[in-house]
Amino acid sequence: MIGFSLWDILRNLLLALRWTVALSLLSFLLGGTLGMALLFMGNARSRLLRKLIRVYIEVFQGTPLLMQLFLVFFGLALFGMEVPAWLAASLALTFWSASFLAEIWRGCVASIVSGQWEASACLAMSHFQQMRYIILPQALRIAIAPTVGFGVQIIKATAVTSIIGFIELSKAGTIITNATFEPFTVFGLVGLIYFLLCWPLSKYSQFLERKCNVAHRH
Amino acid sequence: MSLIAIENVKKSYGSNLVLNGINLEIDAGEVIAIIGKSGSGKSTLLRCINGLETIDEGIISVGDVLLGRSERELRALRLRVGMIFQQFNLFSHLSVGQNVMIAPVIVKGVKQQTVRELAQQNLARVGLAEKFDSYPDQLSGGQQQRVAIARALSMQPQALLCDEITSALDPELVNEVLSVVRKLATEGMTLVMVTHEMRFAREVCDRVVFMHQGKVHEIGAPEEFFTNPKSPELQQFLGMACV
Repeated sequence: MIGFSLWDILRNLLLALRWTVALSLLSFLLGGTLGMALLFMGNARSRLLRKLIRVYIEVFQGTPLLMQLFLVFFGLALFGMEVPAWLAASLALTFWSASFLAEIWRGCVASIVSGQWEASACLAMSHFQQMRYIILPQALRIAIAPTVGFGVQIIKATAVTSIIGFIELSKAGTIITNATFEPFTVFGLVGLIYFLLCWPLSKYSQFLERKCNVAHRH
Repeated sequence: MSLIAIENVKKSYGSNLVLNGINLEIDAGEVIAIIGKSGSGKSTLLRCINGLETIDEGIISVGDVLLGRSERELRALRLRVGMIFQQFNLFSHLSVGQNVMIAPVIVKGVKQQTVRELAQQNLARVGLAEKFDSYPDQLSGGQQQRVAIARALSMQPQALLCDEITSALDPELVNEVLSVVRKLATEGMTLVMVTHEMRFAREVCDRVVFMHQGKVHEIGAPEEFFTNPKSPELQQFLGMACV
């Protein structure tokens, strides 16, 4: 029987960690972009568009990420589209994080007092200019901490994609356990790695929150 | 022809009729004070003139621009009328200079250098030339309000709407703002101000409008208006206000 050293286990987990990080970053960036688009469309004049955005956000926040993942992975397959696991994982996480980020940012925008909207409107700015130059710069200050905080949620949520066979940290943990029969060691390490990834981010988020509350401008 | 024309304007919030058929013509260079009890519709009327509130009926025009509902129509109108608020509403993330410069740059596309000179001129006009690089939260209320005036002036409007611009100020800061407004009035700026400063209205304004229950109840030149009010409502209001 072949023996596995702790280093063998750790090395393979760290290799799989690349995919957790890549998937997290991709989902965060694409989800953030889509979320920003949703934020702008949520303010649109068209009632129908606003309704649709609401429905989108409610649906993606009101159903488990796992179901969304299954729907993308198996649902598209029903239509004859062969979706690789990495693509299904990225799509589902992007849609999911967009719904949360859009809502987080909507709250930040809503917290900007109406006087800022009125004053900029009175200077003949368009809606886009108001958002771009007046509202978002002020909302950003408030948004940094919860946005980084949600980044932590995304990292942890990538674990779900192991179910459809995407080999990231958790899936690698399962595979290695099946070979080594040392679940406690392996998943202990997996947990530790997630923690080392998320904890500094959480701390950073708390730091930003304090900093943005103290310094009121710039 | 009058600069601002308001014809039979009506507006209600639900079943509450706030403006009940307002007619008012304001000439270029005129200084108008609108007074009345709270809830009489004076602020609402002011906010209707530049489309911050929508009207249910009637017509409002400023110069050759008719108040419309689309963003394009509203922006065309707002290029002609500036507004100053009770709460100043300065952009807190921008310096004083940037507050004054931002709209001409992004809305009118004026060159940065030209706008900077204009901003410095306008800040000098309100006596705050040296505050160009300060931030709003470093200024007193009176200074913030004067920056707000400079910001509105930087768009070179034909008229300014002032919505109780001294009501949020400590008493000792009221005069520095009013003296700026007085200067604008003598320079020929068209001003429509909702105010509680009766003495100021009397000294500076060409006409005073008394609003009552959503209507222009009484209107006239200040001397006649204050010394010889005709309607019992105005008599009562002025009595309450102790003029």
